[in-house]
Parts: sequence; C-alpha cells; structure tokens
Amino acid sequence: MKEEGKHKKAKKYGMVINLDECTGCGACMVACMAENNVPFKEDESNKLDSITWMRVYKLTNGKSYPEADICYLPRPCMHCEGHNGHSPCVSVCPATATDYNHDTGIVSQIYTRCFGCRYCMGACPYHARYFNWWDPVWPEESTKYLSPNVSPRMRGIVEKCSFCFHRYQLAMDKAYLEGRTVLEENEYQTSCTQACPAGAITFGDLNNPDHKVHQLAKPDNKHGGRPGNTNVFRLLERLGTNPKVYYMSSREWVRRAGDNYLDDEDFAKNHRH
Amino acid sequence: MDSALIPEGVKRCSFGKFAIGIIIFGGVLLWGVYAMLLIWLKGLNQTNMNDYYGFALWIWADLGVIALGGGAFFTGLLRYVIGKDELKNIINYAVLIGFICYSSALLILAIDVGQPLRSWFIFWHANVHSMLTEVAFCLSCYFAVLTIEYIPLILENRQINKVPFFHNLAHNMHEVMAIFAATGAFLSFFHQGSLGGVAGVLYGRPFAFREGIFIWPWTFFLFTWSAAAYGPCFTLFITRLTEKISGKKLVKQNVIDLLAKISGWTMGTYLIAKIIDTWYWASVSAPARGFNLIDFYSNNPFYGIWILIAEIVVCGIIPALILLTPKGRNNSTLLFTAVSLACIGVLLNRWVMVLQVMAMPVMTFDNWVMYIPSWQEVATTILPVAYGIILVMISFRYLPIFPQERELNS
Repeated sequence: MKEEGKHKKAKKYGMVINLDECTGCGACMVACMAENNVPFKEDESNKLDSITWMRVYKLTNGKSYPEADICYLPRPCMHCEGHNGHSPCVSVCPATATDYNHDTGIVSQIYTRCFGCRYCMGACPYHARYFNWWDPVWPEESTKYLSPNVSPRMRGIVEKCSFCFHRYQLAMDKAYLEGRTVLEENEYQTSCTQACPAGAITFGDLNNPDHKVHQLAKPDNKHGGRPGNTNVFRLLERLGTNPKVYYMSSREWVRRAGDNYLDDEDFAKNHRH
Repeated sequence: MDSALIPEGVKRCSFGKFAIGIIIFGGVLLWGVYAMLLIWLKGLNQTNMNDYYGFALWIWADLGVIALGGGAFFTGLLRYVIGKDELKNIINYAVLIGFICYSSALLILAIDVGQPLRSWFIFWHANVHSMLTEVAFCLSCYFAVLTIEYIPLILENRQINKVPFFHNLAHNMHEVMAIFAATGAFLSFFHQGSLGGVAGVLYGRPFAFREGIFIWPWTFFLFTWSAAAYGPCFTLFITRLTEKISGKKLVKQNVIDLLAKISGWTMGTYLIAKIIDTWYWASVSAPARGFNLIDFYSNNPFYGIWILIAEIVVCGIIPALILLTPKGRNNSTLLFTAVSLACIGVLLNRWVMVLQVMAMPVMTFDNWVMYIPSWQEVATTILPVAYGIILVMISFRYLPIFPQERELNS
C-alpha cells in the first residue's frame, strides 16, 4: 500500500510538441540558451561542436512541388525513462554523474561530478547531450545577464537540457512556503514552452489527467508511456528509450519520420503497436 | 659499453646503434608528449572529436591495444593454468607486450577524459550499472597483475640478479606466478568482456546493440573470445618482427606452432560465434528496430559492406584457416601473413564497434557524420607505439626475455 501511495505521488514531467504549429522560428532555442546560460562560440557555423540544448531540425518529405512539404522539429532532451529509469545515458555513466529522478521523471546532469568520458553522448540516439569542448566565455557586458539560478558549466564536461529544473525547484520552494506540496500546472513551465509564439509546446505532468500534456498524449503507462492519441508519436519509439517528449502531427509522413521502418513494413500497424 | 648489463651468452647490436634507435623513437615519443600536454592544457578542443563523435580514435586505440594485449592473459592461462609447458619460452614476451598494451591503454584513457583530475570519480562514485566502471576496475587491477608479472623479468637482469635479495625475490615470484596468471585470466575475462559490453549495451544505437544473457550482451563474450584468439597472434607477430629485426631465431618452431594452432582454433570457434551473432543481428535485432543490414553500410563515403567482409572473411576466416593447417603454420611467410591479417581483423572489429557506432545516424532525419582525427590525436596515439618500441628495445637488450635464444644462436 505504501508503494502504491508513493507511485501515485510521483510526477512525470514531459512535453507534447505540436509539429503542425511549429514555424521553426527558433525562439525556443534562444530562450533556452538565455535561461540556462548555454555557452556559445564566436563562430557557431560548425554545429557539430556547438551547444544547443534545444535544437530545431528541418524535415522534408523529399517530394517535389506541388507535394513538397516541410516540418520543423524542436528536439530538447527526451528525458528517457528507459526501463525503470535505466535511460540510455543514465545506465552507462560510470561516475553516476547523470541520474533519473523517479519523483519528477527528469534526467539530471551533475556538472561537478562529470569527468567528461562522453559515454552518455555515445549512448544517446537523439544527440541531446553536448560536450564543453571550450571554456565558456561570454562577452563582458553580457555576463551581467547570466541567470543566477543556473551554474555555468566548465570545459571538459557534458551538459544537456534539464527541463529547466531550477524552475521546478523555485516553484517547489514557493509552494513549500505556502504550505503546499503539489504544483499547479502553470507554476512550473520550461522556458521554451513559454517562449514559443505559436504555442506549439505543451509542458506538464504526464501522470496527471488534469494536465494538458496528459490529455494530448494520453500516455499508456502500462506500456512504457506509449501515446494513446493516434496523431502523437515519440522519436525512435521502437528502441525502447521511453522518452517523455511527445510529438503531434496530422501528417503521416511526419509521424513516419519519427522512427525507422523497413520498406515493406506496414507503418500504420507498427505505429499503433 | 653496456655489455655488463646484457644477458650472458647472447649477442646484441652495438650501443651506438641501440642509442640511435632510442633517439629516433624517443623523438617520436616526445612529439606525442607535446601533443598530450597541449591536450591536457588546452582541452579536448585540440581534437577533431565533436558531439557526434564522443568516442573516436583514442577509444578505438584503447580497445585495439587491449585486444592485442590479450596474448598475455591467454598465454598465461595456457602456460600456468592449463599446463602448456612449451609456452614458457614465449610467455615473457607475451607479458611484456601485454604490459605495454595495458599501460598504453591507461595513458590514452587519461588523455581522453575531459576533466583528467576527476578520473578517480569513476572509482569513488562508481555506477555499478555501467560497463565502463567494470572496465576501469578490472583494467587497473589487471595492469597491477601485469606489473607483478613483469617485475621478476626485470629482476633477472644480469646485474640486478647478483643482489641476493632480488635474485630470491624473482625466484619466489616465479614460484607463485600461476596465482597471478589465474587472477589475470579472471580479470581479463571481465574487462575484455566489459569493453565489448560498452558498445553492446547501447540500446539507443541499433548498430551496436546486442541481446545477451542477464546483464551481458553477446559482445561481452565476443570481445573476450576475440582477445583470446587474436591476442596471441599479436604476440607471434611481434616475436617474428623482433626475429627479423635482430636477425636471430628467438623461439623454437614447436612453440610458435603450438601457440599458432591454439590461436587458430580459438579464432575458428570465435568466427562461428561472430557469424551467428552477425546473422541474428541482421535478421532479427536490426529489423525489429526498423533497419536492414544494408542500412548500416550505405549512403556514406566510407562504411561499405566491404568492412564486414574484410573483418570476417579476409582478416578472420583466411588467417584462421592458415593457422589451423600444419602447412600454413610451418610456412614462415604464410604464418606471418596470417598473424598480420588477424591483427588487422581484430583492430577492424574494434574500429567498427567504436567509430561506425558513432558515424551511423539513428534518427531518420539525421545524417552520417565522418571524422578525421587531428594531428594531436594521431600523435598521442602514436605515442604509446613509440613507448612500446622503446620498452621492447630496452627489455630485449637487457633482460633474458627469450629462454631459448642462447641455444638457438650458439
């Protein structure tokens, strides 16, 4: 009974990103960088070694006019649960520098413990983890605008999207002072969610039926959180990473682009599991 | 000049020639040390690694030298535990090669981490679920074992051995060597395996991921098995190379033949397992994740199906067949070709299990990413090779590595 009660209390924060609404403006990326003190280089043209916790990919259906279609896909950390919290990255970190929080479902990164072996980066199929190849350097004036709530990271360690965990901590502090233990839906929102001008990102507790994310994704927790909504999918669902970022699109080619399928596979059948 | 240090009854080149060799390889070593210092002082931005290539040349070199150094544990197991007595004539060299390989691996690891001063966190904050944790523990312990196995050899230097304490210490260490050989084999089983597990557990990477038993993916067993099979080939390769360079016969043919034969059988059985693993991966594991085998080998400028054929057929089945036939083993050229191909084969296997895993896109809208190492990465990878050559030169000159040398060259 105790365990059951504990399970009910556990939150599972996640996102639903409506790809039909995303315009690819990049506001989520900018907001994320500002909010989380993400360092940048003088020359950001090489995207293979620049840090973008939130990265917007451009997808095309590969067809010519008039059937050509594009889709922008924002990709934060998926905060994979894997099987029982054994996320691809968490299970491989040799120094326990990344952790799956069973109370929130958030995958953390402990910057002061990471020694930069980069095994987690190799384990993540979403390329959501970034290495600090350089010391973080900001133009002098802009250091005044760094967020005091997020510690900047040093050279030689890995960092990634934290679902703005500091905002969760601040909201919990406030709730505690007010004698509450449960947050309202709007009390904890990530910066990308709030910055999206199209309102394409919805964030909340996937375990809470009152939250919009739950209503959109309809996660089936008995089957690894698979979406119950036919227009909703997760990236690389078949790998069993059990991510907490869901995508929504009415276009079949977009949903199909979310995973790998054999040429002769019945997509509709497999997508519905 | 240094004749008093050279083992009795053997001939070595002049000190001048030896010194020139040391200076040349010392220069290469210093070049590597310079690159190493650059990396330690300026960080990993000195490399061409990036966020797609978290693991690259160094991890390949690590896995490669550890596989090649596998000759030490397997020859030790055969000599001391299974009782193949003839192998006492090559075990010293196998231990030396193993010592070089493992110390190199540790050095490369120390360069490869972003925060070297925090390396100890792997022991202090150990995550028992991580294959890399197991690698760190077993690798360090086995390096200690190899050091213990190498020490009596140093103590057998003509001058050092004159000191009664060192003489007795060397003798007593030899007496208990079976315990260390068994410990080494036990530790090697786990770290060779866990190095295979490093790739095999990556369930987010269909190219690397393998099913398995309990916590161990099939790559765990394949890596141990391949190290046992291919490691002795490297011992034979270096032995033959030393013979060619020194112009001396150092080990009797029956010893070479025995190790080559055992290696051939181990390779043969390993290849059967590897082929079954590849077949299962291609027909069950990959399709279940939406991939055809050919998806892993197309749409990129380098990783074609040739690499799989080269690893399994050209550098696997062919050398195994040569080593399995008495004619192949007795023909010096064929034997040298076989052990050379085998070394390339195991290095190719380690390459694909590191580099191709990183190169291959998993998300449908991602692309293959190629990688060319920076000169700093190349220099620091050559550094242990130069160090190894120098240590072999010094050990060959001053230590009685080959017990049969005097008899064979009298």
